[in-house]
Amino acid sequence: MSELLNDETKKVLVEPLVENNPITLQVLGICSALAVTSQMSTSLIMALALTMVTACSSAAISSIRNHIPSSIRIIVQMTIIASLVIVVDQLLKAFAYDVSKQLSVFVGLIITNCIVMGRAEAYAMKNPPLESFMDGIGNGLGYSLILIFVAFFREVFGSGKLLGMEVFHLTKDGGWYDPNGLMLLPPSAFFIIGLLIWVVREWKPKQQETVEFKIMSISHGEQGGHH
Amino acid sequence: MPKCEKLNKVCEKLEQYPQYRKFKAYCEKILGLSNNSLEKTIAIAVALCLVCAVFVSIAAVALKPMQVTNKELDMKKNILDVAGLLQADTDIEKAFAEKIESKLVNLETGEYAEGNADAYDQRKAAKDPAQNVLILKDKDIAHIRIKAKLAKVYLVKEGGATKSIILPINGYGLWSTLYGFLSVEADGQTVQSINFYDQAETPGLGGEVVNPNWRALWKGKKVYAETEQASSEKGSLGEAGVGEPALGLIKGTVDSSKAGSQYQVDGLAGATLTSTGVTNLVRYWTSKEGFAPYLAKVRTVKGAKS
Repeated sequence: MSELLNDETKKVLVEPLVENNPITLQVLGICSALAVTSQMSTSLIMALALTMVTACSSAAISSIRNHIPSSIRIIVQMTIIASLVIVVDQLLKAFAYDVSKQLSVFVGLIITNCIVMGRAEAYAMKNPPLESFMDGIGNGLGYSLILIFVAFFREVFGSGKLLGMEVFHLTKDGGWYDPNGLMLLPPSAFFIIGLLIWVVREWKPKQQETVEFKIMSISHGEQGGHH
Repeated sequence: MPKCEKLNKVCEKLEQYPQYRKFKAYCEKILGLSNNSLEKTIAIAVALCLVCAVFVSIAAVALKPMQVTNKELDMKKNILDVAGLLQADTDIEKAFAEKIESKLVNLETGEYAEGNADAYDQRKAAKDPAQNVLILKDKDIAHIRIKAKLAKVYLVKEGGATKSIILPINGYGLWSTLYGFLSVEADGQTVQSINFYDQAETPGLGGEVVNPNWRALWKGKKVYAETEQASSEKGSLGEAGVGEPALGLIKGTVDSSKAGSQYQVDGLAGATLTSTGVTNLVRYWTSKEGFAPYLAKVRTVKGAKS
């Protein structure tokens, strides 16, 4: 029994990192990944907040899963998630005021983050609390990994810094590096995540989706449709 | 486990009350019902809401004092920043207590007002019908509709003398009301710095009002049109040397060789409406509606002394 549990725990913890990553495979939670990744420090706090909310909400929902009336299932999940997010927001305002000011609305928007809701509905409703908690941690870590990766590139190339410390000497301070302003804007995260998804799917061909339909071209033979 | 024992004891004690037994029996009955029954649906919804509400309230109430301290500290940091006293290693509380003095100013007369300035919250007072005044529509260029009768200004002291004056300003930009401070030197004319601590303009465009490079452009600019500069309505303050508020943002970059450049600051690229809003709110708060009477008094007192 204990070995079985370990296997399951391991699976839910490790799988979301690459094999079943919420961002690169499921393409969930993109909006916050675009918004908060211009700096490493905000990304780390956001990743931590989302991991805690996903884990705790999954555990809470899982522990009452047998008594949730199916007609108000989603609202029950939302209520639990929203309460946790409000508490996280309050905690940030009390202990990390500057970061909470920078994250502004995005902490509140964890409520609508598809990853939290997705794990509640897909996993926590059918599995016991401990596994659900671990599943939440695992998916939170998968999200965190991508966020940190994107934030690394955006902060280094966008402002020549990492966690506020200088990496590249900027031209405006007499150095050699001219920062790439695009990296500070949300679309750059789109490009980085897009490239990342490409790399991951080349590395793990299993993740490549089969073409569901082909676009018929009248004059020029065939072209593959990808989405 | 002693904790469990304690819990059991509490439960035993509760058992003595018939209400608790009734409640327990009801809970068991509800949990035994089918998940799809109406009664269980309602009971679960009510119970969940209660639990979540208690949970959220406890967090909010317990963390409130820390949040208030954080907010105050942040405000002090902003004030020190606009006063040019903020370094990376500044002890905020100490520097604030030593160098900054807060005072209440009656906006209409320009006189200092009695009252506890430290405890006064101008933003709250602006919403309180007993402490605010409506702004006439044709005067309301900053689009704020109401203002507090008393404003809280901060005097930056250096060796007993006032070095600069920090004025609270606010007004509407594109999306949000911008709140900030304008710091002027003791002559009530030369700008030292500007700082917006609360705004929600478009990040990267209007949100650049917080950019240190842009804020640095304000240093040394003049607030009021000086008489020797041809001002359209000069001297309307009834005071020699100083005219109407002239400070504002222009489109593009300021050409410092042209006349009047001392009243001009670069506009924010791609944020025309925010730039207009900033110009309007600075002009409003330095006009007769705002701090002009007070600054005039500051100048005359200083003039009498010297």
